[in-house]
Amino acid sequence: MSGWKQWLARQRYLLDFTVAAMWRRRWRNLLLLLVYALVVFLLASVLFYGSALRRDAAAVLSEAPEVTVQRIVLGRHALSPPDWPDRLRGIRGTRQVQGRLWGYYYDRANGANYTIMVPSHFSPEHSLKPGEAIVGAAVKRLRDERGLGWLHLLSPADNRLLRLKIVRTLPAESELVSADLILVSEKDFRRFFHLKPEDGFTDITLRVRNRNEIDTVAAKISTLLPQARVITRRDILRTYENLFSWREGVVLAMLAAALAAFAIFAFDKASGLSAEERREIGVLKALGWDTRDVMAMKLWEGMLVSLLAFLFGVVAAWLHIYMFDAGVLVPVLKGWSVLYPQVALTPHVDALQLAALAFMTIVPFTAATLVPVWKAAITDPDVVMR
Amino acid sequence: MMQRSRLFQRRSTPVLLMLGAGMALLLAEIACSGLCFADRLHARQRTAQLVAQLGLSDIALFTEARYTRHPSQADLFTPFQDAPGSLEHFPSGSLLTPPPHIVPTTGRARQSPPSPSSNQPDNRE
Repeated sequence: MSGWKQWLARQRYLLDFTVAAMWRRRWRNLLLLLVYALVVFLLASVLFYGSALRRDAAAVLSEAPEVTVQRIVLGRHALSPPDWPDRLRGIRGTRQVQGRLWGYYYDRANGANYTIMVPSHFSPEHSLKPGEAIVGAAVKRLRDERGLGWLHLLSPADNRLLRLKIVRTLPAESELVSADLILVSEKDFRRFFHLKPEDGFTDITLRVRNRNEIDTVAAKISTLLPQARVITRRDILRTYENLFSWREGVVLAMLAAALAAFAIFAFDKASGLSAEERREIGVLKALGWDTRDVMAMKLWEGMLVSLLAFLFGVVAAWLHIYMFDAGVLVPVLKGWSVLYPQVALTPHVDALQLAALAFMTIVPFTAATLVPVWKAAITDPDVVMR
Repeated sequence: MMQRSRLFQRRSTPVLLMLGAGMALLLAEIACSGLCFADRLHARQRTAQLVAQLGLSDIALFTEARYTRHPSQADLFTPFQDAPGSLEHFPSGSLLTPPPHIVPTTGRARQSPPSPSSNQPDNRE
């Protein structure tokens, strides 16, 4: 028999013995596997959800306005004067300069917050007449349960009722960006918020003919309008680059909890073996087993538990996020929100992320099993068995 | 038949089969991520078109506060509302961190080239 075949056969026999030994403590091992898989599942779920959300956000916001100009007064966002669009059109290289009208509305009827917006002039398919509205799918679910097609909003300025006919609902597949949107005509918007034309716009958006010149145009805007804050598309994309990344917020909390759980596992393993396990090692040594064989057997034990837990946890997390739309995680993120988008994320598995997760979960546990075994295995069998 | 029963006589066989099944499922999921969800990819493209048509700038994940609904458009003071000493108090504020362009010293902003918007007036002392 060639060398590697012999090695393989030896490992297989060791594995047989390891499984038999684990089977003797099956309930303890099964419970360990279950808890371990649950920790991996939670961690992988958060990582998958975060990475899918980041990718989807980056993909859809790659079409966000190239440059947004806000007026800042006293460190806060204020309305942009009505002459700003014309002044910005004067900058060479700009195109599709337009004043955006959008604002927030708190619905006292159900406690939801909506974003009310006037559709862009450059999008004729969303043009609206006074009294008409296009709403996001979540708004439709929340406010038009009976499907009558009307929306009644109480103006925050004078408590007058604005009655809008829902002419269309934005596609449910776009809820990630449009869940809370209510599109209305400019006339209705200004009437609803008591905003006169001379008050201007919420902010200004524009496109730049040559994408390489976005930074130059932004610098020119800052010089022309010292009160302006310029937000480029790159800034918008960068805002979502770190969304639910492992270094921040809830993910860091989850990671810390998972690491604490692993630390407890590892401590439990490293702090010593049970009397039964010590006796087992002593018997094996007395029967002529090498320290190396005992170590290999225990290595297999640690690897089997951690590898199975990793595989079960990751497979279940993928199904949870992409097939069951993150049913466990969404209630945590939803919190007290009245209005929350129903999002079907586009699946993506990042090999590097998976490798990091495997390294983080398999290696520490396996390594922790070896230390006490090594200590017991190098001791005289007679002493170990006593 | 005889051979099969001998195969399963070994204790490690079911465990190895479980490992193999787990590995196969994981590989199937990885392959499926790229192949089985073409409809979601198309939906994402259509959503990007909607973003271009309406000029949207943020995702509607957290609608409870201005700075979590439109984090890219928020200024540094929005979370603290009208009272300078008040704490940021919306639950979703703990899930979203401030965007790098208004807090230039955090995260990747340190390595990335300075954006022209980083000379914003709201961040000056």
